[in-house]
Amino acid sequence: MHTLLAQTRAGLRALLVLTVLVGVLYPLGIWLVSRVPGLHDNAEGSVVVRDGRAVGSAHIGIDPVPADPDADPWFHTRPSAGSSGPLGPGDPAASGGSNKGQSDPDLTALVNERKDLIAVREGVPRDRVPPDAVTASASGLDPHISPAYAELQVPRVARVTGLSEDRVRALVAEHTSDRVLWFLGEPAVNVLALNLAVQAEAGSSG
Amino acid sequence: MTGLLQVGLLVVALAAAYKPLGDHMASVYTSTGHWRVERAIYRVVRVDPGSEQRWTTYAAGVLGFSFAGIVLLYLIQRVQPLLPFGFGRGAVEPGIAFNTAISFVTNTNWQSYVPEAVMGHSVQMLGLTTQNFVSAAVGMSVAVALVRGFARTGGDRLGNFWVDLTRGVIRILLPIAAVSAVVLIAGGVVQSLAAGVDVTNPDGSSSTIPLAPAASQEAIKELGTNGGGIFNANSAHPFENPNAFTNLVELFLLLVIPVSLTRTFGVLVGDRRQGRVLLGVMTAIFAAVLTVTWLAEANAGGTAATAAGAAMEGKEQRFGIAGSALFSIATTGTSTGAVNSMHDSFSGLGGGAQLLNMMFGEVAPGGVGSGLYGMLVLAVVAMFVSGLLVGRTPEYLGKKLGRREVTCAAVAILAMPTVLLLGTGIALTMPAELDRALNNSGPHGLSEVLYAYTSASNNNGSAFAGLTVTSPWFQSSLGLCMLLGRLVPILAVLCLAGSLVAQPKVPRTAGTLPTTGPLFASMLGGTVVLVAALTFIPALALGPIAEALA
Repeated sequence: MHTLLAQTRAGLRALLVLTVLVGVLYPLGIWLVSRVPGLHDNAEGSVVVRDGRAVGSAHIGIDPVPADPDADPWFHTRPSAGSSGPLGPGDPAASGGSNKGQSDPDLTALVNERKDLIAVREGVPRDRVPPDAVTASASGLDPHISPAYAELQVPRVARVTGLSEDRVRALVAEHTSDRVLWFLGEPAVNVLALNLAVQAEAGSSG
Repeated sequence: MTGLLQVGLLVVALAAAYKPLGDHMASVYTSTGHWRVERAIYRVVRVDPGSEQRWTTYAAGVLGFSFAGIVLLYLIQRVQPLLPFGFGRGAVEPGIAFNTAISFVTNTNWQSYVPEAVMGHSVQMLGLTTQNFVSAAVGMSVAVALVRGFARTGGDRLGNFWVDLTRGVIRILLPIAAVSAVVLIAGGVVQSLAAGVDVTNPDGSSSTIPLAPAASQEAIKELGTNGGGIFNANSAHPFENPNAFTNLVELFLLLVIPVSLTRTFGVLVGDRRQGRVLLGVMTAIFAAVLTVTWLAEANAGGTAATAAGAAMEGKEQRFGIAGSALFSIATTGTSTGAVNSMHDSFSGLGGGAQLLNMMFGEVAPGGVGSGLYGMLVLAVVAMFVSGLLVGRTPEYLGKKLGRREVTCAAVAILAMPTVLLLGTGIALTMPAELDRALNNSGPHGLSEVLYAYTSASNNNGSAFAGLTVTSPWFQSSLGLCMLLGRLVPILAVLCLAGSLVAQPKVPRTAGTLPTTGPLFASMLGGTVVLVAALTFIPALALGPIAEALA
């Protein structure tokens, strides 16, 4: 018992000094290093600036809401489990997934509902809607969609923005990241970057 | 195919680190010199680094340090409003603070809170980052003490806990974490002291995106097999893990110490083949479980997966099925518990393989330190059984396995299943608790509860996160499982080490069972699988197996 008390007191002293080292100096040291150019923008969230305004983060997907649902100029992100509607925008302040199992009846119904909504929105048959379009991501903030989901949205975006389908398709290709080193991860289209590119082009041409 | 190349690159990276890191760790725990900063620490702690401890004093050090850790971490959370960088977050409520304190001190990093809402940057850095380092160093210390039990002969000293702890932090964890943190920032991980950034989205709406000192915590969270996310979505959050490159770095970090410790073990007992055979068994189990999960996810047959066309619910596009399956097995095979996809949304079989991977006792390759001592305890049992089978006095690495050794090994192995099954069983008798907590129904609902107690008792920390665990029952029972699942095996392992270190070496004879070949590997692998299968098949049959067959 005496040993345990003595060791606990030593433990407390050890903890305090190690807290200074790895709980204060280490994270603040890394923070200081992250101030150098080249790391700073990453460290502060890879914020995308347009015309002097912060318009989002390159790593965070927030689904755009069209002013007029019948003239929807946006590429859409994957669904967020946290959003109120079946497809609607997630809240970056609360990340997370649905945590529903693969045989869950509610999730199955929701997937089918999303499929119907997207098929109508894009004017395509249900079976062309790809899996990532109807499933909520793990973070609810997935910045990417599959190339297939981007392709599905090309005709509508082209129609609404007045750009040619080929031009929009070229912009999609420009904002598609391939696998790192050709084999790490999956091909993915960054939705924010793509929407900004489409917006800029549509704005300048019209 | 590309998924296999991803596994291949990870294996190559780990193989490249194996020898240098394994040898480095061996020299860290045997060197007689002290660094200046270490001497300063020993002066503050008031210990003599030259004096070594019996197993009882070593164990008292672990207990005392853990107790001090829990109290201090609880207090840090409770006084959050007084600390800077809280951005208006109030004191963490007592239930969460209690559960979190135990969780991070026991290297579990189970999270019953939403970090973005509850934990400010100061609590994250002072409290949680600190425990990420020291709880990992405690695990390595205990493993090294057990290895010394095998390597040394006569005497009763296992080393000095404070020296092992300090060196683990300063010479192993801190340098690797610091370099990795910068690499992660270069890859896009955030490291900010701001509350967040306000943006005007292209559609004209505005959002606030929370920021955090993530990279410094991410590096040690993986390296120390801790797993507690600074954001709720953990390593699925794009600010913690923005792309396939950072994903690979994080996978590497969470595997590299447990894997390389087998080399350290081989060096310290003077026969590297002894370490390689353990690594071989770990690798075989890892490969088998990964194959099951990967195939299950690639061919998921649940109604929702069929309706969607693939099991992408709860997975990120940039990682896909392969990157998610690999991460989930690496995190459940170590004691990490970080996730880059939501395990609750895996198929019945895929989630079942994650569960089983933890139920093996997390030895493929296991948490930092805990994986090695877990595997060595299983090796003791395997050699005991082998000895009985051939009618010889069982021994391992030249040490006789008598009543005390086998009793210690049995206690170390049985602690986890006992608290796991008791906890799950009691929870299942409480319909009112389940009504409030469950996010899924049927067999998957049972899996959610089983996963929670499995994760807590094994100090993993990942979750079928649909389960709401904020009620006093879950906070306290899971807290107790984490505490007993960590400390009982540690005490048993140190008692085993104390008994081993006092023994003289038995000379090798023609009748000594070799412990470096395929026969031993099969015995050890068989022991790992049999112990878990006999204990857990009934529970698994009611949850994931029933779901997979439905």
